[in-house]
Formats: sequence, structure tokens, C-alpha cells
Amino acid sequence: MKQGIFKIAENSKLTDNVFKMKLLGDVSAITSSGQFINIKLDSLYLRRPISVFDCDNDSVTIIYKVVGRGTEQMSQMQVGQTLDVLTGLGNGYDTSLCENKAVLLGGGVGVPPLYMLAKELISQGKKVFVILGFNTASEIFCEEDFKALGCEVKVTTVDGSYGIKGFVTDALPENYDHFFTCGPEPMLKAVYKATKTSGQFSFEERMGCGFGACMGCSCKTITGYKRICKDGPVLKKEEISWED
Amino acid sequence: MGRLNVTLCGIELENPVIPASGTFGYGYEYADLYDINMLGTFSFKGTTKEPRFGNPTPRIAECYCGMINAVGLQNPGVEKVISEELPKLAKCFNKKVMANVGGFSVDEYVYTAKKIDECEQVGWIEVNISCPNVHGGGIAFGTNPENAALITKAVKAAVKKPVIVKLSPNVTDIVAIAKACEEAGADAISLINTMLGMRIDLRTKKPVIANKMGGFSGPAIFPVALRMVYQVANAVDIPVIGMGGVSSAEDVIEMMLAGATAVQVGAANLIDPCVCKDIIEKLPQVMDKYGINNLNEIIGGVK
Repeated sequence: MKQGIFKIAENSKLTDNVFKMKLLGDVSAITSSGQFINIKLDSLYLRRPISVFDCDNDSVTIIYKVVGRGTEQMSQMQVGQTLDVLTGLGNGYDTSLCENKAVLLGGGVGVPPLYMLAKELISQGKKVFVILGFNTASEIFCEEDFKALGCEVKVTTVDGSYGIKGFVTDALPENYDHFFTCGPEPMLKAVYKATKTSGQFSFEERMGCGFGACMGCSCKTITGYKRICKDGPVLKKEEISWED
Repeated sequence: MGRLNVTLCGIELENPVIPASGTFGYGYEYADLYDINMLGTFSFKGTTKEPRFGNPTPRIAECYCGMINAVGLQNPGVEKVISEELPKLAKCFNKKVMANVGGFSVDEYVYTAKKIDECEQVGWIEVNISCPNVHGGGIAFGTNPENAALITKAVKAAVKKPVIVKLSPNVTDIVAIAKACEEAGADAISLINTMLGMRIDLRTKKPVIANKMGGFSGPAIFPVALRMVYQVANAVDIPVIGMGGVSSAEDVIEMMLAGATAVQVGAANLIDPCVCKDIIEKLPQVMDKYGINNLNEIIGGVK
């Protein structure tokens, strides 16, 4: 974990309420896809945890949806403004657990962390099949980004206005060794049921600190209590115990 | 003696800044960011006899200038704290640590405090009396003077290390409770624990926190905490540790003027993980600004 001041290099609109923000600063603490950053905003007490979409030598890019006061404030920020950010939070995805054929399933704002993951997998020479799930055509983002990486991409929409009508699980291919997923909990549960191989799930929870100190985001797993922010957000399929 | 040194129950602190229990884990998460040996000490995560998962999630809600938590004393239990957490801490912290203990019956408090008392690394035992009493209808021990005194007396009789009783602000007369703890043998008082609070999500029309209510902390509660520290410090002869919304060197000085010998920093650690380092580094210049030579000269300076 590192704390630093980052300069906004881009803050552009992808859909009605989804934005892409590129931040310049020291990104050396970001070591894996699936990690997140925690952003301090003026006049709001808690930081806002947002997953990493992409990262290079001197910048980190996030994609966020406006859902409340924090993300609303972020969406109004201008290029050149600065943010206090904690970076390198969470465990991230473990690509070594996938031998060759990976399936990535993302739902809504669960899509962004899969981009850096896809990049990693492709650089390791692995085949990447991506399924992006949205409610409707107007909400789709990032389809072209994944295609540009060389992934095979399927898009599903709940209302059938684009791609395959249905859920991400309706587009699962026949053959794959391992899957990676991120999205709303009902989707994660459906993926858990529909998949036959080992896989990794990225979870979301309300957090206090984001770095393992407050125990605000704990969950029960088969291998004991885990903090989503520190021991997660990525959990392996075999560790997950769905409560209630 | 440096300008920042204070003495707490016979143990010298390099400075009065102490991260509060529940906001600093068992220390090592923060050792990634700075050398935690610069702290006066810190109070580790509330420890109970048995391992506890705590409350269901969501456990956290945001407020104006603060937050609510309902973690519910998640901890691995005293045995594991001693066998796993303290050895890990020893690798990054060479000072005496403050051990925070909780319980749900007098026996549990005594059991945990006794085990902790045997640990060389521990300097003080801070007793959290805000836990619900399972034999008393779930009412927190700290909400009446008799029960507060009962716990204090029982723990004091079981241990050799100094006992600090941490008071809940969710009471009618905090001075009466502080006095009862002093009479029961407490070596120091720390206050305030979090204030009971609540938030409702307008979209779901349900409480944000699964447990409905939780402990409100952060800068919003600082004036209430300061007032209670002032009242208690003026009523007891034992040292008082002030806490509640402390986020800056100025807040530390204000707490000490109100009567605090040392000051704990809680929620601020979660937002700015280096806040205690920053406070300690800024204290000398803030002292200069206000003409303070040595922190000891301002303790209880406001009458």
C-alpha cells in the first residue's frame, strides 16, 4: 500500500453514468489486476474504493459509475485537479491458477477489473474469452477495449437489445480451464452455479479503511474469516460460503 | 525528557499519541507505511475470551464528518492474539503496547485480562466496558456505576499491570461512572468510546448498517468528547486518556488542555493511515505557535 497525490489526466463519459478517469502518480504499489485504489474526496469522510481498470508505469485508470455523492463529485472533477489516493489495495487475481483457456465474466461496473486481467493473461500467451453482461444496449462499455486486446468477446443484455439476450452465464463457452468474475452478488451466485471449473470471484462490500485495519468488510469463508479489502477482494471458488 | 514526553501509569511515553483500539488492528498493517515505533504506544484491537466474527455486514456507514461502525468486536480470541498476533507485532514494534479487552460477563473479562497480563509486550490493560452484559439483559456494563465498578474491581484483583477503564459516552452521568471506576481501583480512565448512531438508506428505506445501529466516531464527536474529558478530568485524581474525533496536533493539545494526559486517535487512522505520524511530527511546531514549551505543563490547563 502507498499513499500519494495523483493528477487527473482524463475524466471522460463512457455512458450516461459511467466515467473513465486516468490518474498520474506513483503506481508502484499496484502489483496485480483485481486490486483497487481508495480515493479521498473533499467534504466526504470515507474514502471511495474503486477497482483498477488499467495501469502502466506512471498512471492508473479506473472506470466508475455515478451511484452516490462521492462518485457524483468525481464525475465533475476536471483534468489537472489532484486527488489523495491509497494504491495497491487488495490481493488481486492470481493468473497462475489458469493454465491456458480463461473465461472472464463481468457484469456492469464489475467489468473494469477484468481488463487489466485480460491484458495479463494475454501477455502470458493464454486464450481469453470475455463475457460482458449489461442490462441494456445503452449501458455497454469497454467491448472494443477487450476486442483490441485480442480477446474473444460476447456481450449479453438482460433485455436483448444487444448481443445475446440473457445473463453472462448464458454465454459460457464449452471448454475452459479456469474462470475469473466480478459483478453484482446475484450474478456471482449464478456464475458459481453455472461453472464447472475452478475460478476466482471479486467481491464488493462497504469498507471503512480499505487496508485491513478496521474489520468493517469481513466475510465468512470456508477457510476462515476474511477481510474483503485485504484478504480479498478476490476469493477462490472453493473458499466461498454463501450466507443466507 | 523531551518536550512531548508524558508518563502514563508509571510508564514513560515518547509522546502522548496513541492510535485507538479497533482502528489500528494489531499494528502491523500500518508498519507497511511508517515506523510505528514513533508512536507513544497503540491500543490493539479489542480482544475477547473466545474468537468472534462480529456482526453481519454492512458494518460501516458514512456521516457528515464521521462514520458509524458496527464491527461487533471481531477478533481471533485471546489465545490466538497471544500466540499469533503479538509475535507478529514484536517484529515491528518494540515498545509496550496497550491491550484492549472486552467481555460479556465478569468471568470473561477476568479470564482475558489475566492471560494478557502475562504478556511481556503489554504495558497497560484497557478495559472496554461498553460491551453488553449477557447476564444483565444485554445492557452495557458501562452504563451504570455499579456494573462499571464491578468489572474494574474484578479485573484489578486479577492482574498486575495498570488497568485503564474505557468509558462509554452513551450514559446520563459519565462523571459518576468515572468516579465509581476510580474508587474500584482503576489506574486510569480513557474516554470516549463511540456514540450510538444510525443512518437510513433512502433507496432501500432500511438502515445502512445490518445491525441497524452502530458506534459514531470521527471529528463530528470531538466537542462532545472534549466536554466529557474535561468533566471527568476535573472529577478524578487518576490520569485520563482523551479520545473522540481527534485528527490533528491541535486537537491533541485541546484534549490535553481539557485534562488528558495522553490522547488516542481513532477513526482518523482509517482515512489517513499516516495521521498519527503527521500529528507527532507537527506537534512541536504547533506547540511553538501557541507558546507551549512542554506538553506536561498544559495537562488540565483549562479549569
